[in-house]
Amino acid sequence: MSLNHAELEAIYLTIALASITTVLLLILSTPLAWWLSRRRSTVSATVEAIVAMPLILPPTVLGFYLLLMFTPDTALGRLWQQLTGTQLAFSFSALVIGSVVYSLPFVVQPLQAAFQRIPQGLLQAAATLGASPLDQFRSIVLPLARRSFITAASLGFAHTVGEFGVVLMIGGNIPGETRVLSIALYDSVESLQFGDAHRLAAGLVMFSFVLLFLLYRYDRQSGWRIRA
Amino acid sequence: MSALKLSLHCQGDDGFALQLDCQLPAHGITAVYGPSGSGKSTLLDCIAGLRSPQPDSVIGLDDEIWQAPGVTVPSWKRRIGYVFQDARLFPHLNVQQNLDYAMARRAPPGTIDLDQVVPQLELDDLLSRAVDTLSAGQKQRVAIGRALLSSPQLLLLDEPLANLDHAARQQCVRCLQRLSDELQLPMLYVSHDIEEVSQLADHLLLLDRGQLVEQGSLLELCSRLDTRLSHEEQAAAILTASVMQHDSAFDLTQLAVDGQPLWVNHLPYSPGQIRRVRIPARDVSVCRARPQDSSILNILPVTLSEIEDTDSARVLLRLSLGSQFLLARITRKSVVELKLQIGDPIYAQIKSAALLMEASDQA
Repeated sequence: MSLNHAELEAIYLTIALASITTVLLLILSTPLAWWLSRRRSTVSATVEAIVAMPLILPPTVLGFYLLLMFTPDTALGRLWQQLTGTQLAFSFSALVIGSVVYSLPFVVQPLQAAFQRIPQGLLQAAATLGASPLDQFRSIVLPLARRSFITAASLGFAHTVGEFGVVLMIGGNIPGETRVLSIALYDSVESLQFGDAHRLAAGLVMFSFVLLFLLYRYDRQSGWRIRA
Repeated sequence: MSALKLSLHCQGDDGFALQLDCQLPAHGITAVYGPSGSGKSTLLDCIAGLRSPQPDSVIGLDDEIWQAPGVTVPSWKRRIGYVFQDARLFPHLNVQQNLDYAMARRAPPGTIDLDQVVPQLELDDLLSRAVDTLSAGQKQRVAIGRALLSSPQLLLLDEPLANLDHAARQQCVRCLQRLSDELQLPMLYVSHDIEEVSQLADHLLLLDRGQLVEQGSLLELCSRLDTRLSHEEQAAAILTASVMQHDSAFDLTQLAVDGQPLWVNHLPYSPGQIRRVRIPARDVSVCRARPQDSSILNILPVTLSEIEDTDSARVLLRLSLGSQFLLARITRKSVVELKLQIGDPIYAQIKSAALLMEASDQA
């Protein structure tokens, strides 16, 4: 069983997309999850609902709106065109933005849950010992939430690997640019190449199972869960 | 003279508002005493900056202003140490690392050192232990050490001994007394346990429903009749006494209170040491003439200096013994029958006197 060039390209693209998305998600979600974990207000509830929406919405709905935003006649599309000289829609960058939105709840929610478990009292104690808020976060919150960062990153990565609807809407099917694994699989089925489809599908099933198995093994106690 | 200046207005959690205008001495141990819900912890949280008082409040220690209109110094910049009721040790660090956490963040000059705190708090064997393997008493001693190592100008303690058993509590009290003597560090000590307060405090701040009821020297406040303290069931006078001699035949120790002998159960203190004695008002009775054949060992000549009705049946007497005072709770009927008048020389019979270190030292 060997992979052809197109498949290798799709695998590489998928891994690149998932890795970049995961890094961006961690950077974005850490302050967002921290803010959500310390607030109880209408504003925070609204933000929480928005973050959780990709869990409920069909990915095509998300993809549809993102596609409209990315076209060159919107402000975002125009700005992108001016800055980079290329079109945003149907590009790898569009996939990254789409994936960040799509996988946001999978990273924010485990982090938020972990931050909520950290007693306010410990941070107060750290403050009375002379630790600034940033120092408190670095020296108390990060080490205590270490496991949840691994959980969040794994879930964000795996969920991005598994996305299809959003990619189809905003990325199309450009080899080497937007043709990720799930699209390649869809292509194979469309063109009745069931042998190829089997290889890709089985590979994705194995990958997902092993990742989730490791996560559940590793993080039994903290009981992360996704809330919609 | 350095002082902690407080002009505080703060909404508490359970409906009352803390309203306080006072100056506290910035030396020795000041106990903040009052029933639960009287605003004691709110007071400490305001001083530490963990809770925001009304904007017109003022908090300052010596020349440093921590809170004033337009000024709020954040907690982490105030040089306070805070020992919480629930230790709050960092669970991902061991004992040594918890102590190091404070050392690494203290403002120079740090005057308190590890080799000073560790033996004083008896932490030598605990340093490499994980904090979740410690007993409640050990945790609290580590927490005290950690707070001290941040080299604070003021140490706040919020009922630090409330969750400890008797032995651990006594060990902590001993440590705190030693540290207070040695470090010259002012402490504000919240408690609702009058025994603990009597053992430790030099100064007393009485709070009730957010209001200041009384403040002053502990020994003086405890001997006055017009304070809330003396109207409580466990009202007691606190006196200082020096250890005179031991009577090994009867297993007793003789103390002197203003020259008068006082016998208590044998104590392991050497002659000459000064100790506090707590004498509950309900354990003191009076008589006109010295009884000749009483089983009570301690019968002291005193002068009746004040009488105050506490309820319809009982009164409280203040008896002067040299420069110090005893309290006695007797019935109003006895006052009438003995024709007691202020200024009368009478005899106080003391059924029990507890030396404030061990619990079972009564005579």
